[in-house]
Amino acid sequence: MTTHIGPGETRPPRPPAPPSLTEPPAPRVNYLNVAYGVKSWLLTTDHKRIALLYLAGITMMFFLGGSFAVLIRLELVTPAGDLVQSETYNKLFTLHGIIMVFFFLIPSIPAFLGNFLIPIMIGARDLAFPRLNLLSWYIYMLGGAFTIFALVRGGVDTGWTFYTPYSTAYSNTHVIAAGLGIFITGFSSILTGLNFIVTIHRMRAPGLTWFRLPLFVWAHYATSLIFILGTPVIAITLLTVVLERALHLGIYDPRLGGDPILFQHLFWFYSHPAVYIMILPAMGVVSEVVACFSRKRIFGYEVVAMSSLAIAVLGFLVWGHHMFISGQSTYAGLVFSLLSFLVAIPSAIKVFNWTATLYKGSVSFDTPMLYAAGFIGLFTIGGLTGLFLAAVGLDVHVTDTYFVVAHFHYIMVGGAIMGYLGGIHFWWPKITGRLYPEMWARVAAVIVFAGFNLTFFPQFILGYLGMPRRYHAYPEEFQVLNVMSSAGASILGLGYLLPMIYLVWSMRYGPRAPANPWQAKGLEWQTASPPITVNFERQPVVTEEAYEYAPEENAKIV
Amino acid sequence: MDTGLPLFPEQASTMAGRVDALYLFLIAISVFFGTLIATLVVTFAIRFRRRSRDERPPPIHGSTALELTWTLIPLGIVMVIFLWGAEVFFAMARVPPGTMNVYVVGKRWMWKTQHMTGQREINELHVPVGVPVKLTLTSEDVIHSFFVPAFRIKKDVVPGRYVTTWFQATRAGTYHLFCAEYCGTKHSGMIGTVTVMEPAAFQSWLSGGATGTSLAAAGEKLFTDLACVTCHRGDTEARGPKLEGLFGRPVSLANGERLVADEAYIRESIVNPTAKIVAGFQPVMPAYQGLVTEEGLMQLVAYIESLSGPAPAPAGAAASPSPGAGEHKP
Repeated sequence: MTTHIGPGETRPPRPPAPPSLTEPPAPRVNYLNVAYGVKSWLLTTDHKRIALLYLAGITMMFFLGGSFAVLIRLELVTPAGDLVQSETYNKLFTLHGIIMVFFFLIPSIPAFLGNFLIPIMIGARDLAFPRLNLLSWYIYMLGGAFTIFALVRGGVDTGWTFYTPYSTAYSNTHVIAAGLGIFITGFSSILTGLNFIVTIHRMRAPGLTWFRLPLFVWAHYATSLIFILGTPVIAITLLTVVLERALHLGIYDPRLGGDPILFQHLFWFYSHPAVYIMILPAMGVVSEVVACFSRKRIFGYEVVAMSSLAIAVLGFLVWGHHMFISGQSTYAGLVFSLLSFLVAIPSAIKVFNWTATLYKGSVSFDTPMLYAAGFIGLFTIGGLTGLFLAAVGLDVHVTDTYFVVAHFHYIMVGGAIMGYLGGIHFWWPKITGRLYPEMWARVAAVIVFAGFNLTFFPQFILGYLGMPRRYHAYPEEFQVLNVMSSAGASILGLGYLLPMIYLVWSMRYGPRAPANPWQAKGLEWQTASPPITVNFERQPVVTEEAYEYAPEENAKIV
Repeated sequence: MDTGLPLFPEQASTMAGRVDALYLFLIAISVFFGTLIATLVVTFAIRFRRRSRDERPPPIHGSTALELTWTLIPLGIVMVIFLWGAEVFFAMARVPPGTMNVYVVGKRWMWKTQHMTGQREINELHVPVGVPVKLTLTSEDVIHSFFVPAFRIKKDVVPGRYVTTWFQATRAGTYHLFCAEYCGTKHSGMIGTVTVMEPAAFQSWLSGGATGTSLAAAGEKLFTDLACVTCHRGDTEARGPKLEGLFGRPVSLANGERLVADEAYIRESIVNPTAKIVAGFQPVMPAYQGLVTEEGLMQLVAYIESLSGPAPAPAGAAASPSPGAGEHKP
């Protein structure tokens, strides 16, 4: 039970009241209509407005990266490389990867939903460093501008992995511009992570202890740790690529006395944890959604919270599983294999706990829940196929094939993007003050799920048959599966366009949203939709556990 | 596979069945857990669907017993997978004795293979059935990856170092050879075929394509052309270490370390001689980095290897075409 106490007041908490009575009336002035004009947006320090600035940036990047994927799938309909030239194809998958990883997936949930929700969820007026928050958006946009500059000037063809010595000595494309773009954007991640950590430590509402925090906040805390510990490593790594390419310092090129495998160690030391940057926030969304739409506290709350931290820590120890055949020692491979199996456990624990939460719940099938259920299914497949890749003797055959492509798309698209879409729908009424059309949204969720599976499931088979990734042309026997995949991609594309249309439509024509349309718990539902600039009329005080959908006295201990 | 849609690549090596067995085990595990989770989610969602708008189910707290169950059982299962995967990996890493040796150079965008008997191929590799084949691979430029799906082997081919892998083909036929590590514009064109032949057919292929110059002989010619012999004379006054009997033997370095002279050590000592100085010698040798192609280096290595006496020769592995090669049983 939460109540509102003004600063200095010492009123005792009121007895519980039915939800309809605690809903504050929508104020006439909210964070959206408090000011108009370009300046009020570009110079804002309101975390909610900055979140929307991020939304604009990452949505643009998503459709840019997606359009490259469309061309890739079109090219692969036929075995011959007949739609675009090899150089063009290589640039397409490189830019698809760079844009989707660094400019969409990594910032997506943290910089948009995290930015918007973390202060509200913990009962704060804003993040700890509002101006730093705005700066991090400008840094993100500057990094994006560098990358788009590289694209406009002719692109880059190294793959998003920038493997040396190809990237430093052989590629004739705009490696330096793209590398600097990612380097710059990294600072935006670091600043966001720093801001979240300080905010979560210092600005929680009275009574909001660590183990009362929403799991979304726990997930972002773990993500922020990776942001600030991992991102400097990719920054250094890309800088050394630029140094070797521009100044011929011998770091990675064996002709200059360097070691190309060193690059892979440094690159994956960040880029493997980066996978958890993408998936942990989505797990946070799923925890919120599953709790709300089964009206139950998440089963094993503490275990789920701690598993996020376990993933963040263990995630730093498994980078070598990308390098089993690269030339690292056999024994190093075994150690990385063992550790990779261990990091699977906290993810499995989360899946089991979400499933158990549904047991004896009150389950409804609104769109966010459809996405969350989709997440659980697809993430389970992604996680299980990760075991194939962690088994070192099997990885030899499937690494660098479409099996890997399918696996990480199950995690990043089936997992992270399903979580992202679920989160957007869940908090859309809060963010915009409008309801989206539920029927259309359910249809879109089903289309996304079906299209996704048709796109990526055939790629597991393709990979085991031996089709290498990053192939512009391929032997004819692989065509049937590739055509299935491309057909699925067109369905998936439709599934992504639909929300774009009806969400934009709802901003103007959607019915006005009440403060708590889902009857959800959590402080963000106790303020108006959309919230006022300072989030709460009065400082909230927390007197109950997270997700207390029913009084504790009825609690059952299993 | 008469569905027209194969699910497995051909099995054409001793390793293929072992990898596929592990793959099938993992599919069984995945199907079990995937079905379990899907069934539970769907069943709970339907059985406990919301029946009234203000329904408030009683809260259920976690259960330590359940948490332990679904931590320890998966942990046990993944440890089995780990050990199984490690066992297969060890079998892949451990080259059996008595191999036929082939040298492979990756170069944008082609594979060049050299047999000990001197046959050189581009984007092709001919091998006999039933003989373990050891590949020593390097790259002339960027990282490539030697991938034969039918054999279930793949190895990154890294410039500046030698890597090895091996296979033993079990079925005659023609199989895909792919480059699996992205290497630039024509990456998807860096493909070829591995032709596995019955031993007799392989023997006639060997004699048909003979150049008359074995790999070691080509290396000897290069050794003379580069005037290596002026220093590596083999006598006690020579400025360079004696090479006869060097291969496979321990070497004492000036810094006190000891190592065994293998292909990688010999290659490094040619391209970057000062990296490891043999005890009792001065660092006077010039670096041959960029002066000898990777194929030439492999010929030199084969020559120096041949100076340590005839290799313990199975089919095709000897420095000259061996009459015994046809004796191998499939």
